[in-house]
Amino acid sequence: MLLEVNVEKHFGEFSVRAAFTLSSEKCGVFGPSGSGKSTLMHMLAGLLEPDNGSIRLNGQTLFDKERKISLPPELRRVGVVFQHACLFPHLSVRKNLLYGLNRLPRQQRTVDIDQLVRVLRIEELLDRSVSRLSGGERQRVALGRTVLACPQLILLDEPLSGLDGQLKYQIIPYLRQVFAEFSIPMLFISHSLQELRLMTDEALVMSKGLAEQTMSTEELARSRSLGSSERGYTNLLQLDTPEDLGRLLRYNWGGITLMLLKSDNPAAGQFALGARDILLFKKHPEATSARNMLACTVRRMYETEWLTGVELDCQGGTLIAEVVPQAVEEMGLQPGSEVVAVFKASAFRRLY
Amino acid sequence: MLSLSPDDLAAVKLSLQVAAAATLIALPAGFAAAYVLAMTKMRGKALLEGLINLPLVLPPVVTGYLLLLLFGRNGWLGQLLALADIRVVFTLRGAIIASAVVGFPLLVRSIRIGMENIDRQLVQAARTLGAGWFDSLFTVVMPLSGRAVLAGMTLMFARSMGEFGATVILAGNIPGVTQTIPLAIYQYTSTPGGDSRALTLCLVSIVLSFAVLLLGEAVNRNLARR
Repeated sequence: MLLEVNVEKHFGEFSVRAAFTLSSEKCGVFGPSGSGKSTLMHMLAGLLEPDNGSIRLNGQTLFDKERKISLPPELRRVGVVFQHACLFPHLSVRKNLLYGLNRLPRQQRTVDIDQLVRVLRIEELLDRSVSRLSGGERQRVALGRTVLACPQLILLDEPLSGLDGQLKYQIIPYLRQVFAEFSIPMLFISHSLQELRLMTDEALVMSKGLAEQTMSTEELARSRSLGSSERGYTNLLQLDTPEDLGRLLRYNWGGITLMLLKSDNPAAGQFALGARDILLFKKHPEATSARNMLACTVRRMYETEWLTGVELDCQGGTLIAEVVPQAVEEMGLQPGSEVVAVFKASAFRRLY
Repeated sequence: MLSLSPDDLAAVKLSLQVAAAATLIALPAGFAAAYVLAMTKMRGKALLEGLINLPLVLPPVVTGYLLLLLFGRNGWLGQLLALADIRVVFTLRGAIIASAVVGFPLLVRSIRIGMENIDRQLVQAARTLGAGWFDSLFTVVMPLSGRAVLAGMTLMFARSMGEFGATVILAGNIPGVTQTIPLAIYQYTSTPGGDSRALTLCLVSIVLSFAVLLLGEAVNRNLARR
């Protein structure tokens, strides 16, 4: 995918300016609410006309003020998954799914509907009225409907914001699987770094109406969540092959054994571990109540406003620990230092 | 007492005819006007809205008189229609037009309120899924404003059944041609000894109007259940 954008839109006091080129298949747009993300999304989809500039997708001009080109949304083949699903209330789930597909010339229909329905696990919902779906189901149907229209690019406008807590992350595996199986490029718009890290490789950062820069999502997460932000950086760990040890669960993290508190759902999944929940020891502590102790090497360190981020190489896996600069000094931490990372079995939080 | 003369029957039939024709004729324009008012941003919308609502606040007699000026032999529409040998004044057409104009604001108002409740993003979603403007109008806006359209039509039909002021000016009170139920009642009440016949027609009028409202409500419930 190649998306070249250079647009301007003014609304009285507020204006949105975006000039960027994105080429990654999994892109994010990051910014707080009111930063112009939605405006940008509407302009890309053709739902809002920019005052100036041009938009090109894979070499095709979607909008060009000077050449007086402005393709209507139905001809852009840019799909949108809206924040609140926007399913048609007067149609069944099946008819919602087929809405876009039915309007597509036969030779452009590249998505196998049965496969999609299976991936999204919505087989049983097909004949239901959309008013009888849960929030997560609605979003899955909305995603399916957009994918079936076989767009060149799918814009996801805060698709998880309408869902609460756990539900939010439970939908991510579906999203990931759909985008992997049908290889459709996406632009994932969100104010949540966590979501962006789970979904995208590269992100465009927006602030006060300006699309400032693009950077890798991981880089963005490190630069944003260290320092002043309240919760700090979150390590995301894919854990599998759980083993029940009575009151604890033993998981495998790329060859490394980790102990987690027992939960109702002892399955493989994505877990979060706060960078501030990791303690660093110079030597292996003799006795500690924490159940996880990993020998690591410091790979890199970076300073932020008040804290130091320490990137650890744990036998191949990467963890980030946040410590205060005084600790770095006292322990004499530097790239290459051998340390032991210690964290409790209860420090993990399951995302999905 | 409850017997209807041939003239009375003609009046009932005419009333139904006029109300049905006026409602159907006004529907496309009413839908379009409601769409413009509810879904679009344009300059002078307040002016358009005022113009549409004018018959609602003007005395029907005034509306009728203005229509008479417009469609009369010297009115500009009247002259135009005369070329095609179409007469409006003192004809059934006149009665239909009078009813259509007077009932129009009610129709627009109902449809518009329904349309304003449609989430605009649904239309946007339809567009991004490959539906053109007309397509989204027929497959999203129309089905979702169905109940409002029905309510508007019921209201307008009932209003047309009772139209008097504008009709009597534009179409006159000609038994069998333009004499609808209200005009017939008016005539009976101004004739000595016509009281009981007027009362009979009143009863017919009540029953008909009530039936229309009940029918509209039944269909509305049916639509809501789907």
